[in-house]
Amino acid sequence: MKVSMRVNGVDHEHDVEPRTLLVQHLRENLRLTGTHVGCDTSQCGACTIHVNGEAVKACTMFAIQADGAEITTIEGLATNGELHPMQKAFWENHGLQCGYCTPGMIMASVDMLKNNPNPTEEEIRHGLEGNFCRCTGYHNIVKSVKAAAESMQGGA
Amino acid sequence: MIPPSFEYLTPSNISDAVALLQKHGDEAKILAGGHSLIPAMRLRLAEPGYLIDISGIGGLDYIQEESGQLRIGAMTCEAALEESEIVQSKYPLLLDTAKMIADPSVRNMATVGGNLAHGDPANDHPATMLALRASVVAEGPNGTREIKIDDFFPDFFTTALAEDEILTEIRIPSPPSASGGAYLKIERKVGDYAAAAVACQLNIDSSGSIENIGLGLTNVGSTPIRASSAEELLKGKKPDENMLAEAGRLAAADSEPMEDLRGSAEYKRALVNELTQRAIKLSLQRAEGSR
Amino acid sequence: MGKYIGESVLRKEDPRLVTGEAKYLEDIQLSGMVHAVVKRSDYAHAKIKNIDTSEAEKVPGVIGVWTGKDFEDVNPMPCAWQAGGVDNNANTPRVLEIDKVTFTGQGVAVVVAEDRNIAEDASSKIVVDYEELPTVVSAEEAIKPGAPQLHENAPNNICMEWECGNQEGTEKALGEADVVVKEQLVNQRLIPSSMEPRGAIADYQPATEEFTVWMTSQAPHVHRLLATAFVFGIPETKMRVIAAHVGGGFGCKIFLYPEYCLVAALARKIERPVKWMETRSENFASTTHGRDHVTQIEVGAKNDGTINSLKVTTVANLGGTLSTIAPGIPTTLYGRLLSGTYKFPNIYCGVKGVYTNTGMVDAYRGAGRPEATYVVERALDLVANKLGMDVLDVRRKNFIQTNQFPYLPADGITKGLTYDSGDYEKPLNKALQMFNYGNFREEQKRARDEGKYLGVGFSTYIEACGVAPSAWIGVGGEGWGAGLWESANIRVHLTGKVVVTTGSSPHGQGTETTMAQIAADELGIPYEDVEVKYNDTLGTPFGYGTYGSRSAAVGGAALFNAVQKVKQKAVRIGAHMLEASPDDVVFEDGKVSVKGSPDQAKTIQEIAGAAALGYSLPEGDEPFLDETAYFDPPNTTWPFGTHICVVEVEKDTGSVMVKKYLAVDDVGNVVNPMIVDGQIHGGIAQGVAQALWESGEYNESGQLVSGSMMDYAIPRTDCLPSFELDRTVTPSPTNPLGVKGVGETGTIASTPAVVNAVMDALSPFGVTHLDMPLTSQKIWNAIQS
Repeated sequence: MKVSMRVNGVDHEHDVEPRTLLVQHLRENLRLTGTHVGCDTSQCGACTIHVNGEAVKACTMFAIQADGAEITTIEGLATNGELHPMQKAFWENHGLQCGYCTPGMIMASVDMLKNNPNPTEEEIRHGLEGNFCRCTGYHNIVKSVKAAAESMQGGA
Repeated sequence: MIPPSFEYLTPSNISDAVALLQKHGDEAKILAGGHSLIPAMRLRLAEPGYLIDISGIGGLDYIQEESGQLRIGAMTCEAALEESEIVQSKYPLLLDTAKMIADPSVRNMATVGGNLAHGDPANDHPATMLALRASVVAEGPNGTREIKIDDFFPDFFTTALAEDEILTEIRIPSPPSASGGAYLKIERKVGDYAAAAVACQLNIDSSGSIENIGLGLTNVGSTPIRASSAEELLKGKKPDENMLAEAGRLAAADSEPMEDLRGSAEYKRALVNELTQRAIKLSLQRAEGSR
Repeated sequence: MGKYIGESVLRKEDPRLVTGEAKYLEDIQLSGMVHAVVKRSDYAHAKIKNIDTSEAEKVPGVIGVWTGKDFEDVNPMPCAWQAGGVDNNANTPRVLEIDKVTFTGQGVAVVVAEDRNIAEDASSKIVVDYEELPTVVSAEEAIKPGAPQLHENAPNNICMEWECGNQEGTEKALGEADVVVKEQLVNQRLIPSSMEPRGAIADYQPATEEFTVWMTSQAPHVHRLLATAFVFGIPETKMRVIAAHVGGGFGCKIFLYPEYCLVAALARKIERPVKWMETRSENFASTTHGRDHVTQIEVGAKNDGTINSLKVTTVANLGGTLSTIAPGIPTTLYGRLLSGTYKFPNIYCGVKGVYTNTGMVDAYRGAGRPEATYVVERALDLVANKLGMDVLDVRRKNFIQTNQFPYLPADGITKGLTYDSGDYEKPLNKALQMFNYGNFREEQKRARDEGKYLGVGFSTYIEACGVAPSAWIGVGGEGWGAGLWESANIRVHLTGKVVVTTGSSPHGQGTETTMAQIAADELGIPYEDVEVKYNDTLGTPFGYGTYGSRSAAVGGAALFNAVQKVKQKAVRIGAHMLEASPDDVVFEDGKVSVKGSPDQAKTIQEIAGAAALGYSLPEGDEPFLDETAYFDPPNTTWPFGTHICVVEVEKDTGSVMVKKYLAVDDVGNVVNPMIVDGQIHGGIAQGVAQALWESGEYNESGQLVSGSMMDYAIPRTDCLPSFELDRTVTPSPTNPLGVKGVGETGTIASTPAVVNAVMDALSPFGVTHLDMPLTSQKIWNAIQS
């Protein structure tokens, strides 16, 4: 089946099987391997991307469901070589170690701040319930999101 | 990890969708948010030959008050419920429930209709709809019909929907003034299915006595359960600690939990008991607060 | 101390990780690559009678379907660490099992197809005819007469019986104690659950008979050595192993797994690159698990709290077959740590390693030391409770005193290794400055009156890491089949830019950054001028990899020594350029200068340039600044510290909330505080998770009940608080950097702190001990009874 979508600002059209998951389509057909697969029960969030501006787990959607959608993956966050404040914040606050959960964590965090630009620690922890990290113990992830929130508010 | 092949169909209106259901029978499944179905398909626990994606059918995504009811389109996603001003201001039970389903990314896709139509007693909305004394609207080849929520879950993973019917709307009676509700859930960890959860919706009169109360129980039976003995006890009463404890005991007795990784039957009953009391207390507080 | 060491320098790794550019195993695509899917056993114990692959072979796009019989020429995996000094009835997996399976999830057939979807479809068409055999999943049951026998060479399913310490002396001392506490402690099976599962890609070049194998690996050189020497019987030089970016390991990616060799064998067979990547469900079943001990302790103490004896008997579940270093974990890395921070005069530990129809068990963050620390720190609390003494008073009573270092634990349990340095009161006192213990006890009492149950738990731990002195741990010693030193090469290029290549294999630890800090400081050059390369057997010196908290203490030390060699050569060349004698110059701040005349100097960049040109070099020196060093540590290092956990238990639901967690750790000198703290955070999270939530469970038929992330409760953001950390610094005398290692301390220390806290909360109910995980159900039950 034909599927078209705009990914990170670029239009793509492909022929896919209906059963091709969106995450497979992005990784294998579009070669955008920054979105990762970490589980098979839609828990871990390593595959989190933005579909039409909202955080979605790309492993729990078929590519064809995203026909006509506007998609942003981790590769599309930085603009003109400038890291997104969330990416910077994760770097500056050691919010990652092995990096495998990080793209999904960053995408989920960006969406969370969109809806709640100045979250408390508790709200950050609730907001990232759907993203597992096994390395950091979450302490610095919370710090990173707080720092990003501050810098994004300040800069606005 | 990867589902077996299937055909993907995108009807543009309900009657086309219904016709497809008729045509393909039990080989077909409705795809709404997909967050119950797709995980099952990835593990090859569900292998439908046809997926009927109804997300392209406009007009199924709304939250509005009409004719003394809150009407929610079946394709309304949980995040929309969380963000709705009407829900936030008048339906605390519904808000509590929506917030507890899985996690924020899942809630961007998962639909209220899907949560009900899946028929899983571990899902959160069924008990909530019992407490709200809601009804659902189903559309099939012979038109639409309204199904009371008490008739909607006859058995484990079974709903009252015929094979060729689609759930299109949820209807919740608008609460009178001085209403309150709450959904309390014990999970092993956030986002997990409930070890047990209790939904409570009530309204009080000027003296603080409960006029009407609905109590629904999640994941402590093969279907969601109405704690009717507790409801009968409390109707018309202003409960003290003893009566609340009795209500908890009755709700626990009405539940039929199975032992699993989340706990023994005895433990789950104890949770139902405790959560029932807390949910009623919180609902009463909220009702007082909303006078 | 220079400009970089000791500073929280931001990581070099991060730009490629936060943008998604970094390539992990699954991201790698090779031209002509095909995909393998392994067919796995649904039975925990069964003979393989027949495998019908005919329907699978017919699926369009399938290149082939093979079974174990097609790989009889490929040897089984080696068990490279058999428990030292005792017989080991070793059994290891094959690339695909031929005769029988001994745990659910073992591979019995493989499909290779043009794409993964097709391979999965075809795999579901393979029909395996099994003859089911009775199963046993509990190690205690497996050693009883009449239990199902898994392996012919292991009567009563025993792999090995091992001991350390003095049994007779310890039992005598127990007899002389005023009180003896006996308890059974279960250290439950855990599933490492790194966010990236395992995978491998193999490419074979027939003309040169050379393999290139990408693996999710914590030790590419070791993987290469084991695969070539033992499994394929070919020279090491015929295989290159590459670890791409690795998404966490926590130990489970150290081992040589069947699938890694299977893809290599397939690539050789079909002469196309073959990729295999497991799903999370496969990861849960067939990647190694951790822990799984059942332990009986007997602790003897005098009425004043002095402990005079500790006797420990452990049955350790090793799983259905042995993973690469399985026998070493519940022996060397466990029994030898049972003195903890205490001067116990009599210690004995006896261990049985047992086969059962469960997944393979091997090292998982801490590897043996969490199990030991759990035993010791629970024992301290149990003794304190029995004597009605405060838990801290008993600890202080038994601490090794500062004037006793270097301390050799009793009864030879460490086989000669001494605790190099320590001051156990120091982190305890610092932690108590952060946490007002007296106030807490008052608050606890008030809370109890209100029906709220608060508890505080302590863990005053030690651990051994920076593994390890080669002779001590090696073949004549503890039984590890090779050395355990580490390597580093450093090159200063013509333009003065530096590349370090290391045998360490980081997978999230930030070693690329910390090694650059070390090299930059030692050479007096900008950090930006240093690149650190690793994870590829081509281009790095042989090293033993990253685990056991060794990459700073052993890998960093090797780098330090390599840099010293460069500095010494730089001094000679610089002196030559300055027409001075080497004795008259000094290397400082990135320059070689004449003593007393600092303006007569050559920078390291100038020296590197001269060395690279080679026009005029001192007599005896060859061109280029390029030095390699290997560091074999004379001892393990011994981090120690105090962790404090405060919990609140809800009586009516049994729920536990971690209200506060603080840690004061002494990990020696700290190269990068930010990275060190991050390791402690992550370690604490895993240790708390063991105490409260995680449990790898099998039912009686050997099915993994906690088989997905839905059922296996790894913690989410919401489950944990932020942590309060501080440190004391006691430099290690074992290596020139004075570092100890920190990757595992968080996990080792935290589990008993949490359990002790929950038991403290439950003490009004008369509960003295509950086994982990302390789920709400378990706690509720205990309160009810």
